[in-house]
Amino acid sequence: MRLHLTEEDAAFRAELREFFTTQVDEDIRTAVRDRAHLTQEQIVRSHRTLHAAGLAVPHWPAEWGGRDWSSLRRHLWHEEMQRACVPPPLAFNTSMIGPVIAQFGSQEQKERFLPATANLDIWWSQGFSEPNAGSDLASLRTSAVLDGDTWVVNGQKTWTTLGQYGDWIFTLVRTDPHVKKQAGISMLLIDMTSPGVEVRPIELIDGSHEVNEVWFTDVRVPSENLVGEVNSGWTQAKFLLGNERVGVAPVGATKRLLAQIKEWATTVTSPHGTLLDDPFVAARIAELENELSALELTALRVVAHSADGRPHPASSVLKLKGSELQQAVSELAIDVAGPGALASGADDETSDLPAWQRRGTPAYLNLRKASIYGGSNEVQRQIIAGTILGL
Amino acid sequence: MDFTYDEEQVALREAVRGLLGRAYGDFENRRRAVADDPGYDAATWGRMAEMGLLALPFAEDDGGVGAGPVEVGVVAEEIGRVLAPEPYLAAVVLAGGLVAALGTDEQRAELVGGLASGELVPALAHAEPGSRWSAEATAVTAQQAGDTWTLDGVKEPVPFGASADVLLVTAALPGGGTGVFVVDPAADGVTRDGYRTPDGGRAARVHLESATGTPLGEAGVDRTAEVAAAHDATRVAAAQQAVGAMQVALETTAGYLKSREQFGVPLKTFQALTFRAADMYVALELARSLALWATMVHADPDATPEEKADAARRAWAQTSAAGRHVGQEAIQLHGGIAMTAEYSTGSYTAHLTALDHLLGDARHHLGLLALDVAGHGEVDPLR
Repeated sequence: MRLHLTEEDAAFRAELREFFTTQVDEDIRTAVRDRAHLTQEQIVRSHRTLHAAGLAVPHWPAEWGGRDWSSLRRHLWHEEMQRACVPPPLAFNTSMIGPVIAQFGSQEQKERFLPATANLDIWWSQGFSEPNAGSDLASLRTSAVLDGDTWVVNGQKTWTTLGQYGDWIFTLVRTDPHVKKQAGISMLLIDMTSPGVEVRPIELIDGSHEVNEVWFTDVRVPSENLVGEVNSGWTQAKFLLGNERVGVAPVGATKRLLAQIKEWATTVTSPHGTLLDDPFVAARIAELENELSALELTALRVVAHSADGRPHPASSVLKLKGSELQQAVSELAIDVAGPGALASGADDETSDLPAWQRRGTPAYLNLRKASIYGGSNEVQRQIIAGTILGL
Repeated sequence: MDFTYDEEQVALREAVRGLLGRAYGDFENRRRAVADDPGYDAATWGRMAEMGLLALPFAEDDGGVGAGPVEVGVVAEEIGRVLAPEPYLAAVVLAGGLVAALGTDEQRAELVGGLASGELVPALAHAEPGSRWSAEATAVTAQQAGDTWTLDGVKEPVPFGASADVLLVTAALPGGGTGVFVVDPAADGVTRDGYRTPDGGRAARVHLESATGTPLGEAGVDRTAEVAAAHDATRVAAAQQAVGAMQVALETTAGYLKSREQFGVPLKTFQALTFRAADMYVALELARSLALWATMVHADPDATPEEKADAARRAWAQTSAAGRHVGQEAIQLHGGIAMTAEYSTGSYTAHLTALDHLLGDARHHLGLLALDVAGHGEVDPLR
């Protein structure tokens, strides 16, 4: 049992804090702090700044840019980044497909894709979910049929986040319809400029265009773009989704937002003085702060016990509670904003209300997704009940 | 940052688990132990003394073994797992901790030494009717005449107060502040009425009428801070005790969902039940994280009293809330069987509830934390 970071880890943390707060462009950090949408250019610029410093893919194998950090250092990296309002490197590249290619890909695939993926020269999109394959992902129907040495892909993917920027898409496709559903799936990498790929926007409840449908009509994909063995895609999907669960609890960003909310609350009057003096508001904050501490410490416990790069089953706790707290804090933000939360359609020119009040409601509505994606929270409960409790 | 026990701590855990498992692995034994006064098994208490458990947190010079909050937490968690009724928290951590902090050399030698050997069980008489988890005494007052101090008023509920061999009584000092006095329960003017607590433990009303007390440590000094600190150390140990109890309540519940059949199928067939069990697990693990963290803060020689108080409050607020959740759900997911005294689960819920009220519930502590939310930005548990 040891409470303190070692001197080396403390120095590591200080170094990261220095880097994130001084080397990432201020316009990007301001946008994150003000809860504004980042442009594609900002996301790419931020990602490349990190990668140039070796901070985009530290968890990859060393051969491909990884740093062989301890799980604690990876945690500190993730937390400090969020604390400094630095957007994390693009998850589709660094957390999802990169590690899959590094683990399951051929040498040719690694050389072709990993450097470009690490530097965000390729923007990856995720093609997993389908209209009839959400939580029951294995029932997906997008098909790939071999024609000589080319796979011919037909079907539809959905919820493809930021697919409008995508260069390539990693997909799960059905390559054998005659076996148990998990056993007939393969992972295929598809160039989104291929003929027959069409990206259609989906407007969300917050008015944003964040996700898309991706349609495939007789899209021809070279067989060398299949990752691992034919019909082994479910293994890679589980690997990817497990990694997604670990990184998905944005404790640092949620803590930072909660601290910002406290500052905002002091600018609003209440019968008790400011809104921060309202005992009910203060009690909600105190409870959320404590739950976030508990979650942060749980994350440290879980990463310390993840063996062989495989996620600890308790990582489901992180996803479940992390998304709940993220949502609860975003809810507090609009409660503190009060009537200002109605002004979502206004901008600096047309409104006297501060941006944090105007942007709160779209963010709150948008974050309802957090308990749905990455394996819905009900799926996480199923995992906890089944894997941990044996139910 | 490291949450794992070292080899010696693991060995301690195994030894304690063995001892307490032999004593209370069969829940019937626990029922028998709490049925009659003093509400625990003197033989088991003696074996805990032989193993050195009662001496753990105390300095070697005082007859202790010089271990710390981590080792105490290991013991507390094992106590929680089997609901061992022995007054470890009340006598060793709370009363003993206060003696260690305040007592003169002679007092420490007598009281800590006696406690460590199992021969003398102290109790802290602090709570008063009308007060609620305050570190100050108001209703019981101390008067000084020459070198003699006399105490008047009522202390209640006093954990294990009726059977204790020596009482530590807090009292309002004539010049203000709270003093701590050593009181012989057999002395004139001391009346004790013992009764059961909801979890099978014991508590008492202690009535003091011109009862003679000896100041613990220097006379006439305000000891509010030390009383608060002793309670905070107890909260941290209690958090681990509650984690042990919650762990077993959850394991028992999961086991029941697997074995019990209704409508021709095991209860675990019903997702309405398994999801609630999953939520119990989430509550338990979050509480465990803060409990272990607070233990480490208390074990840190550089931690300030304020940091220790804050850590205790945070850990206990989380654990208390989790204890309510896990305790309530453990009964509900079982159904009627857990309402019976014969089945263990309801007693876990009762014990978690009792700990809550010994040390202040989640709402109480969150209310205190809420007073300070403007005083910091982010809460950073890393050091």
